[in-house]
Amino acid sequence: MGPGGDIPNRPVPPDERGRPRVGVDEWVAQVEERREARTGLTGLVTRFVSAVPPAGRLAVFGAAAATLPFWMNRGDLFTYGIFTLLYILLGLGLNIVVGYAGLLDLGYVAFFGFGAYFYAELSSPQYGIHWPSAASIPVVVVATALLGLVLGIPSRRLLGDYLAIVTLFFGQAFVVFVNVGNPTVAGKGLTGGPNGLAEIDPLDVFGYELTTRTQQFYLMLIACLVLLTGLHFLSESRTGRAWRALREDPLAAETMTIPVKRLKLMAFAFGAGIAGLAGCIFATLLTAVSSGNFDVPILITIYAVVILGGLGSLTGVVLGAIVINVSFQFLAPENPPGNARLLFYAITLLLLALGVRPWWRLGAILAGVVGLGVATQTFVEAVAPGWTGGPVVDGGRLAGAISQWVVIPPAGHGRFGSFAYVGLVVAILVLTRLRGWIRTAALVPVVYLAALVWENSFVEQPAVARWILFGSLLIVLMTIRPQGLLGTPRVEVA
Amino acid sequence: MSGHALLELRGVDKAFGGLRVVSDLDLRIGEGEIVSVIGPNGAGKTTVFNLVSGLYRPDAGDILLDDRSVVGLPPHEITKRGIARTFQTLRLFLNMTVKENVMAVQYGRTKSTPLESVLRLPRARREEREMSRIAEEKLAFFGQRLIGYRWDQPAYSLSYANRRRLEIARATATEPRIILLDEPAAGMNPVETHEMTELIGRLRDEGGHTILVIEHDMHVVEGISDRVVALDHGVKIAEGSFNEVAIDPRVVEAYLGLRQADTK
Repeated sequence: MGPGGDIPNRPVPPDERGRPRVGVDEWVAQVEERREARTGLTGLVTRFVSAVPPAGRLAVFGAAAATLPFWMNRGDLFTYGIFTLLYILLGLGLNIVVGYAGLLDLGYVAFFGFGAYFYAELSSPQYGIHWPSAASIPVVVVATALLGLVLGIPSRRLLGDYLAIVTLFFGQAFVVFVNVGNPTVAGKGLTGGPNGLAEIDPLDVFGYELTTRTQQFYLMLIACLVLLTGLHFLSESRTGRAWRALREDPLAAETMTIPVKRLKLMAFAFGAGIAGLAGCIFATLLTAVSSGNFDVPILITIYAVVILGGLGSLTGVVLGAIVINVSFQFLAPENPPGNARLLFYAITLLLLALGVRPWWRLGAILAGVVGLGVATQTFVEAVAPGWTGGPVVDGGRLAGAISQWVVIPPAGHGRFGSFAYVGLVVAILVLTRLRGWIRTAALVPVVYLAALVWENSFVEQPAVARWILFGSLLIVLMTIRPQGLLGTPRVEVA
Repeated sequence: MSGHALLELRGVDKAFGGLRVVSDLDLRIGEGEIVSVIGPNGAGKTTVFNLVSGLYRPDAGDILLDDRSVVGLPPHEITKRGIARTFQTLRLFLNMTVKENVMAVQYGRTKSTPLESVLRLPRARREEREMSRIAEEKLAFFGQRLIGYRWDQPAYSLSYANRRRLEIARATATEPRIILLDEPAAGMNPVETHEMTELIGRLRDEGGHTILVIEHDMHVVEGISDRVVALDHGVKIAEGSFNEVAIDPRVVEAYLGLRQADTK
């Protein structure tokens, strides 16, 4: 007898033939498949990534990364290559604590700082100790892991928010200690106060000093690949599964032969150890450390890397680090504003492409925006010629198009951009209240207004624009993939 | 019952604040028995399970597994010694796959260190294969329901009845001597309830597990129990075969109230 019983003589509706009935086991089992099939672009990427086995993914990443020094200049290799690898290292450590074990550790960045400072003490003129890296790195990593263990001990009984508060306090205590505490040891300030420690020895591999960026890059790449491989094996082992079990339901894990407290300590220690390793490398890269490098902004960035990639996914950490670091460096204030402009238009297009279906509606909106731009430009030129022809800030290749399309008043109409900005905020708020075709129609002037605000206001303030863009990029990504780029859709335990 | 007891509770007391939830409870369960615990809501049945599995510590009395006290041991240690349980409110590792759920709980039976796992040393690999084999074997216990493509699906994609089955599979994967089942048939339809009744019998006959079960469905209780223990307000009010307990005046009173008991 099937579930629900059989009713004789009931005609089978045509759409039920040959497919499982709603509610039966097979139907429930296919939910995942149906959900997967719906997510357009990101679903495609996810399927593509998951079709390649982990070893293949690692090889692709390693091979692609290994080519970077051949076509990047020294500065780009440092900001894009080396820093991405640094974020990968940091993300991998945090992924153990937050992604696997589910412990909200907001003091993570202090382990990074501790590793960097400890390495600096052991290999710099500070106390005249110059240990080789082969000696100091293992010592620092073990010491940082032990520090993680020590912090973990009082945290064993703390859950969720409470753990977050205590660890955040620890992280801030570290910054204050380094910055203000600075105890005098052997006649010198231990941490150098606000000045930090400088002239740190470069990395050396058994006596051979790695001083060029290319050498450092390759060493870090090897470290990342080794760590990724090891962590993959660890994740697919009894320890990894036990961590995930305690993240899902600590009580059930505890009654199922899993020693929850010991595993929490292990997660803290492993995560801290990896952060300590990242700290060592960071100290040698910059040859100087100061407390500002280990404060809340970098903590948030590391969290963004791990969450964006998808908690608990190693491939996710790598992708998250690439997306975060590249977009962040791309928008750096020392870069020309053309970068930010490019990203602005790309995000706008992406948002429209994701939000507007079907394609012809998207086409209509884009055509509408272009048309509105040209019409406005022509209208303003005819009515008030003094209001157009302002300079396009670093337009690059787009300058010509923009000057024909967006109204840019010359200097002297300084408040124009600010008023437009307020108008844009109001327009977006109104837009959220509209439905149906009115919304589609209203999108046209809003998009144009956004471009107007961008060209007149933000382009001149790269520091502000950078954060606004970075923030909106994160919001967009988190909205379309709440579980992260490669995370599986999570359900909460009731 | 007579002879050697696998699990024995001696004068166990538990109070929360001023409320005595379990008082002076004695219980002996022999090897290979299926014993049901019944009683109205709030009778202290689940508390007994929590005491036995180590989630609570008794205020007084002793709990012995094979004549060795387990009181004061952490829950994971108690499970390692041979007492596994399921939960009334399902507590699966929902975001892990079906197979991972059953593999994860074999932590206590395996020994390879994280370093061995990272380096894929022989012991880690051997244990890994063994865990996988045992998981597949435990899941195969439920016929077609939890095998094949199901292995790699997250536990949350399972239907309610399959989640209950997975909880049982997970408990058996710890290789327990005694399994505590907390309302295994709750929320199931009649067909599934019938299946569950057969399953509990097979757990003992084929799996060799002793079973202590809390159940409200009297058809299930009647179908499976060697013995029935009735609790009310934390006190054991009756014990014996299903037929004996079912007509016991104190049990009828506990379920239906005094006046109805008089008129019966």
